[in-house]
Amino acid sequence: MAAGIRDKVAIIGMGCTRFGELWDKSPEDLIVDAFKEAIEDAKIEKKDIQAAWQGGPEFTPNSVGDSALPLAQTLKLQFIPVTKVENMCASGSEAFRGACYAVASGACDIAMALGVEKLKDIGYGGLPEFSHYATIGTKHRIIAANQTAPGMFAMLATRYFNRYGLKPEEGKRMLAAVSAKSHHNGALNPKAHLRREVTIEQIVNSPIVAWPLGLFDCCGVSDGSAAAIVCRADMAKQFRSDPIYVKSLQIAATSGEEEMFTDFDYTHVETTTRAAIRAYSEAGIKNPRDEISMAEVHDCFSITEAVTMEDLQFSARGKVKDDIFSGRFNLDGAQPVQPDGGLKCFGHPIGASGIRMIYEMYKQLQGKADKRQLKNPKYGLTHNLGGIPYRSVASIIIVGH
Amino acid sequence: MVGIISYGAYIPLQRINRKIISNATGWSTSATSLPGEKAVANYDEDSVTMAVAASIDCLTGIDRNKVGGVYFATTTPPYRERQSAGIIATVLDLRPDIRAADFADSVKTGTLALLAACDAVKAGSEKNIVVCASDCRLGRPGSAQEVIFGEASAALIVGDTDVIATLEGSYTLTYDFMDQWRADGDKFNRMWEDRWIRDEGYTKFIPQAITGLLKKYNLNIKDFAKVVIPCIYLREHQGITKALQLEDKQVQKEMLTTVGDTGSAHSLMMLVAALEDAKPGDKILVASYGNGADALFFQVTEHIEKVRDRKGIKKHLNSKKELANYERYLSFRDIIPMEMGLRGEVGPTRVSMTWRDRKTILALCGARCKRCGTPQYPYQRVCVNPKCGTIDEMEYYRLSDKKGRVFSYTSDSLAFSASPPEMYGVVDFEGGGRFAFNFTDCEPESLKVDMHVEMTFRRKYFDSVRGIHGYCWKAMPPRA
Repeated sequence: MAAGIRDKVAIIGMGCTRFGELWDKSPEDLIVDAFKEAIEDAKIEKKDIQAAWQGGPEFTPNSVGDSALPLAQTLKLQFIPVTKVENMCASGSEAFRGACYAVASGACDIAMALGVEKLKDIGYGGLPEFSHYATIGTKHRIIAANQTAPGMFAMLATRYFNRYGLKPEEGKRMLAAVSAKSHHNGALNPKAHLRREVTIEQIVNSPIVAWPLGLFDCCGVSDGSAAAIVCRADMAKQFRSDPIYVKSLQIAATSGEEEMFTDFDYTHVETTTRAAIRAYSEAGIKNPRDEISMAEVHDCFSITEAVTMEDLQFSARGKVKDDIFSGRFNLDGAQPVQPDGGLKCFGHPIGASGIRMIYEMYKQLQGKADKRQLKNPKYGLTHNLGGIPYRSVASIIIVGH
Repeated sequence: MVGIISYGAYIPLQRINRKIISNATGWSTSATSLPGEKAVANYDEDSVTMAVAASIDCLTGIDRNKVGGVYFATTTPPYRERQSAGIIATVLDLRPDIRAADFADSVKTGTLALLAACDAVKAGSEKNIVVCASDCRLGRPGSAQEVIFGEASAALIVGDTDVIATLEGSYTLTYDFMDQWRADGDKFNRMWEDRWIRDEGYTKFIPQAITGLLKKYNLNIKDFAKVVIPCIYLREHQGITKALQLEDKQVQKEMLTTVGDTGSAHSLMMLVAALEDAKPGDKILVASYGNGADALFFQVTEHIEKVRDRKGIKKHLNSKKELANYERYLSFRDIIPMEMGLRGEVGPTRVSMTWRDRKTILALCGARCKRCGTPQYPYQRVCVNPKCGTIDEMEYYRLSDKKGRVFSYTSDSLAFSASPPEMYGVVDFEGGGRFAFNFTDCEPESLKVDMHVEMTFRRKYFDSVRGIHGYCWKAMPPRA
């Protein structure tokens, strides 16, 4: 009977670039910057890395290149195994997962995961037109609605408001509180793209992008890279006194029923829900609301974060509004969410985001989160969601001491 | 006896008042030929999509597997080589072992296709044939044609069983009369002088065809309950009816001031309107015009009473929305090249994939699991029902004629649209099945959870780099 990944893998070094509209940074620059910080943090040399996983790019193979060769060739990795993985927005987590399983299995001692994306080479705002990248399948792009990410997630909000009796103005205020909270945290983070406080009024009155979501309900589009170096847990103390241990790695991919079977209610994300249940079991977490100290979730849109609180069992179904307005998820609340500012302030360079989330959890657990430092966090959870609410793959990673 | 066994029609939702046009172009021209309004096809419509709409109306209650052919009449096919009738046959989910043909290049092809279909059925070549006609002709901005042309479609099924109106006879005149023309590659119609067209064309050919018919079959014009006169000049239209000594009640109402000159569909639309009000025993005379003139006559039978539940002309005439903006009208037909931005660029279409998945893409056929009965879209081999999951026990299940309700929706200002905002949502079908579709012919303010929708065949994109019209199905609020 498989026992899971708990306490079999340790993170011994991490790096993360500034995220933003980095016009002057090439994909190679981003890869090197994240890598340098990671090996300096781990105090190892490049030759110590025995296998590597490249997360993404998802939308920018035209800039970064395809296969794992961008990573191998940029860093001049010396003929080691290098693998590109992609699972839409969960690609970063997917890369981390590959590196963890490699060291946990004993196939190698030290592995690296690095995610990178160059979204600002696309030439226009938002994620690129799907027909160019066939990211959701070429037949799909003809038969399914001509859509954008904000639109697909907006439908979650339309139905959530309808089901739980929220008038649009009330619902929008709830969503605005989510973004306002993240902006407060991002303002404290020198690596974030957006570093200004924003008020609920500003958010509610911002132009509509896809009803009912407005400009400030949507995360930005940015470039960035992040890296993690992992080793088997029993080796970790050779490298540092404060390694951070992986407590669970779970992924759930849609069966197709949310999109094509009429039972799905469009007020939650089923993949997140199921991955979380398995993750808590793997990590030995019995009461997530009480035991998960902090989380970085996939706030591509404010509504995503709101329903994710319910999917992760932080809030009861239909009740997240109360927790949002009571400040539970604020930096000074009982269960801080997005302490680094989230996708909202970092933007979403897709290949990198999953690892950037782990970076914040790692720094918080080590007491190195500077102005955002939480008091004695025990367990950190990252939630990385690829795709759209009804056609998704969700990754849950839990880390701790 | 051979004749019409069913009818249908389609008029686009949007109508533009001719004053809007003359306000925009009056500085350049004093041409004002017609009052009223004309029907404008939406940016996602073309002659094929409109022909499909009329054909589906016509096929109400009829088993698609029994259809023996499709004849499509148009002067504005989307392709010069790729059969439009073949596209229509695929969209209608007809059998492949049927005859399909495009009748092109003259606005008289509506009745020519009708006659050819009757001949084919009479000869025993097919049991029945769908005849559909539609046009999207363009007049240059400021031209008289821009004012007169309208966009719409009509469809009839010709057969020999339960005929509602038998074809009793016809008379055809073929004249190489070049009043309107388009050379290959021309975007806009060209025309010669109005006076010459009226004097030498309409006022000569139409009476000639009609009197030729009357003489051939020894008929009296007074015997006809309704006469369809396709003249597009109002005063000459009246002059022709007077010269023929028609009483007012015999003249089938023209639709020039409500729809416009719809080219190949013109006479057939008036025939459909006549059939909507016809009684058993009525005789109907249909004249058509274009490089000559045809005259046909029909005798209505008692079966007409069984075919009253069509959307046809009346319901579509009453279902309309004003298009108050001339520039928007120009953008629908790409007369002004609006900025589409980089997001508007279209990626490649995998043609071999569109062939392989044609039932899914064009016919809106999903699958129904024979084990658990769950309808699902697109067609797939593994059942999506989490309690079933059976592999390879599927049958095709057509959704194009199913009604739906909106489970969730949004109105998207980021997605590229030729007529923003792009609206879309999740549609749950009556009887089962669910998928997310774009919405069309609706307003953002009217979107509501649970609203009723019907499916409509539209063009999703035109890839000008590769010359490909990409078709799809969208959902819309019911028209009638």
